[in-house]
Amino acid sequence: MTGAALDPPGYAAGDAVRVTLTWPPGHRRIPQYIRGKAGVIERYCGSFRNPEELAYGFDGLPERHLYRVRFRQAEVWDGYDGHPEDTIDLEIQEHWLSPAEGGA
Amino acid sequence: MTGDTHDHGHDHGDRPVLTYADDSVHDRNETGHFELLTDALKELSIEKGLVTATEVREYVDFFDSRGTEKGAEIIAKAWTDPAYKDRLLADGTAAAAELDIPMAGAELVVVENTDSVHNVIVCTLCSCYPRTILGLPPDWYKSKSYRSRTVNEPRAVLTEFGTELPDGVALRVHDSNADMRYLVLPKRPAGTEDWPEERLRELVTRDSMIGVAPARDPA
Repeated sequence: MTGAALDPPGYAAGDAVRVTLTWPPGHRRIPQYIRGKAGVIERYCGSFRNPEELAYGFDGLPERHLYRVRFRQAEVWDGYDGHPEDTIDLEIQEHWLSPAEGGA
Repeated sequence: MTGDTHDHGHDHGDRPVLTYADDSVHDRNETGHFELLTDALKELSIEKGLVTATEVREYVDFFDSRGTEKGAEIIAKAWTDPAYKDRLLADGTAAAAELDIPMAGAELVVVENTDSVHNVIVCTLCSCYPRTILGLPPDWYKSKSYRSRTVNEPRAVLTEFGTELPDGVALRVHDSNADMRYLVLPKRPAGTEDWPEERLRELVTRDSMIGVAPARDPA
């Protein structure tokens, strides 16, 4: 965390969110497998320079809010056959998230 | 996943299909394009005065000499000091700093294994790893196979490492895909109740801190 983001964080732990389903070109740190999936904010991580800009020599400012989002494995993968409470957590920048139904 | 030829009722849209061939050069031990690129970048950076050859050497020396000792120190302290464990789980970066362990700009998140939850770490995008506390990652951590299978069939991967989770234990996978770095706090082995911190460190292995295995059995 090295500087201010433009706005206060839009989500808090427990909020239900969905990752945007889109395939733009360029350097993205949102893995393909999680795009379009819904999960719950596990924690707010702080704001960080935007890697999508840093990758091309820009300063990555303003910083972007980053969250750890927890997804149920059974909702991420078709035919997932582990424990029903198995989860996967990823770090998602706020501009990739929109509100979803449900939450904690 | 097998590309876009499968039939399970959802739309991939115009999602680009990646294949192993796209960047499999990372997984082969070839010298060639990337090694030349690395050398060229290094020479140019030195020529432009961005870094010195000594700084590059010192950096490589630092990371090559770094092992898992710092990680083991953190874990053994958390096992013996409940208040420290609470601080570690709340803010890993600050708790590591208490022990003079730097995170070099990344944030540390520590996840705790319990009787009902097991954690495992992967970086699907590259090989993000808490290098200042665990040293360089093992080759398998960087392999395409570990990176892809740990997210979609993590229980099978753990089984291949000899780790069978008991029934009722939920598995949490953590994809280290951005600015956090992860450390698993393994369960303290039974029979070590009287052990001092220094001795406990010997039970804390690299693999247990990645989450592919439990801590060493003292028996």
